[in-house]
Amino acid sequence: MPSLIETLSGAVPLHPHKLWPRIPVDADTWSMLIEQLTEGRWTLSGLWGDEGTVHMAVLDAERGQLAVASLACQEGRFPSVARHHAPAHRLERTIRDLFGFEPVGAPDDRPWLDHGRWSVRHPLGVRSEATGEGGGYDFLTAEGEGLHQIPVGPVHAGIIEPGHFRFTANGETVVRLEERLGYTHKGVEAQMAGAAPDRAAQFAARLSGDSTVACSIAFARAVETALGIEIPGRAHWLRALMAELERIANHLGDIGAVCNDASFALMHAHTAVLRERVLRQADLCFGHRLMMDRIVPGGVTVELDRPGQDGISALVAMIRKAFPPLVELYDETASLQDRTVGTGTLSDVLTRQYGAGGYVGRASGRAFDARHDLAYAPYDQLRFDVPILAEGDVNARVWVRIREVEQSLGLIDQIIEGMPPGDIAVALPKAKQTCEGLALVEGFRGDILCWLRLGPDGTVERCHLRDPSWFQWPLLEAVIEGNIVADFPLCNKSFNCSYSGHDL
Amino acid sequence: MRKLLFESLIRPPLTEPRPDPDLSMIADLAGRLGGVARQKLGRSLSIREIDAGSCNGCELEIHALGNAFYDIERFGLRFVASPRHADVLLVTGPVTKNMREALERTYNATPAPKWVVAAGDCAADGGCFAGSYAVLGGVSAVVPVDLHIPGCPPSPVMLLKGLIALMEQSNRKVPSR
Repeated sequence: MPSLIETLSGAVPLHPHKLWPRIPVDADTWSMLIEQLTEGRWTLSGLWGDEGTVHMAVLDAERGQLAVASLACQEGRFPSVARHHAPAHRLERTIRDLFGFEPVGAPDDRPWLDHGRWSVRHPLGVRSEATGEGGGYDFLTAEGEGLHQIPVGPVHAGIIEPGHFRFTANGETVVRLEERLGYTHKGVEAQMAGAAPDRAAQFAARLSGDSTVACSIAFARAVETALGIEIPGRAHWLRALMAELERIANHLGDIGAVCNDASFALMHAHTAVLRERVLRQADLCFGHRLMMDRIVPGGVTVELDRPGQDGISALVAMIRKAFPPLVELYDETASLQDRTVGTGTLSDVLTRQYGAGGYVGRASGRAFDARHDLAYAPYDQLRFDVPILAEGDVNARVWVRIREVEQSLGLIDQIIEGMPPGDIAVALPKAKQTCEGLALVEGFRGDILCWLRLGPDGTVERCHLRDPSWFQWPLLEAVIEGNIVADFPLCNKSFNCSYSGHDL
Repeated sequence: MRKLLFESLIRPPLTEPRPDPDLSMIADLAGRLGGVARQKLGRSLSIREIDAGSCNGCELEIHALGNAFYDIERFGLRFVASPRHADVLLVTGPVTKNMREALERTYNATPAPKWVVAAGDCAADGGCFAGSYAVLGGVSAVVPVDLHIPGCPPSPVMLLKGLIALMEQSNRKVPSR
């Protein structure tokens, strides 16, 4: 059976920097791709608009191949993907909101990110004025005796991002959850357009603050691919070091937070201390607790000195000592397990259909990890396991994260030991012509896609960043069904999708 | 669990000394908080956090205030679940147009006297997102702001300094509105 790239490009020899091609396709090939997605052979990795075009990123996880198919929008229309393949729903609604392209045959014509509050319609396409007065939103219905609705948000009770959840419940049991997102839409893609790569990198770093390192790596790699440049080996290793610190910090924080949502504060108190120690070490080494703006196109901005290396080694040793008793505490507290085991179960069928990345996918049997399956530098030289579980419940997601902390500690050891000496950045050459780059990078939450086109003047013409949450948020709606309302915080925290990363 | 709890009893606490309130913030506040005499709030403030469109970086650092190192509750500062219980609204993010109404309604639901603290560079003036079609700008574009804590994101120490400054000032003055 031909691979994804062979199918699309007819096995044209590819430039080594352009490992993953973008190929203009016709409507027939577009339909063929949709068919392959529905059959589960390939995975939808992104769907976004551009000038007169829609792009679809398709992943062949088995072979570690990624390709982008581009279809010209005749008269501003394109054949709907969502009509046959549900994961494309919100992506298409977003294309319609931002570009005004019409997905022909799409089952859901409600707006998504556009709440009617902007003074402009189709901000990335042919703009037209809008009143900005807002309007109603038709939530999906659920009918039956004794059903009631619980509206939650956008301002939530905790210290979290804004979004609206509309529960329909029968007593305590959730019959339907519908999410409404887009509250944090900041117009990132419009702001990146026309910006020089170093300025656009600041937006990438602020797509989702908890994944600032991973998003910055994705953006930087896409720019470097577009310009066809190699960065120094040491820069790759420093990036990976920051990425693993970010992963550990987030996992530690969230493992505790899941337990806290089951009213088990002791765990939260201890993991929060560990998380704080990671952030403090990051601050000492890189000058920023979240390591924001430390990764730029061309390399990294901070060198790691000897005391910094020793500090990180000491941190790893400390977590190795302090973490196992906490894992034991989680494992042996029956009242906590009672809340997490069998709660919010995600089926492997849905996981594969949506191509859910990160711990959400890996707790439901989907093994994909961009670090492993695409083996970008320096992960091609590092040893690590990708922990997989099949149960798909809150407990499984917690365990995958526990195991990932352990793997990341091992990775940091290897990075500190094996990091090559040398420069940490190269100057970006000036682009002489239009060029494009694509990157897929594993953040703590899952794989982050970045595609961009640089213009002949070297500025970003179009950049699209696809957060892993796009393919996880819809699944949260699925897992809560049949659970009790009180278990929603647990399910939600065990997913921990990004609002800002999704809302752009 | 018993072992962990026991160890916590015999180990010295991680909690760090109280940071001094930021002098520039005190000066800032003295200018802003009006001249009317204050009813005592009992040396404590209840805080309702609102993300008006941030990247969630600020939320991570606000969360950190609760950990053992900063232990914000020892200062009488407490995060509450409803604006109706709050004295202070701690607002982050550039205010997006999609969040404008939610922010206004939350502000209106908060009983007076109330203070608004804008946390982070975006909350000051929209930060790097200023000028976007989807962003109104800083928090003061929608509700009156009493104190701004800078940073991208502000560190927990900066947040503490600002909030302690607010508490000390609000013990003397109430906002004029």
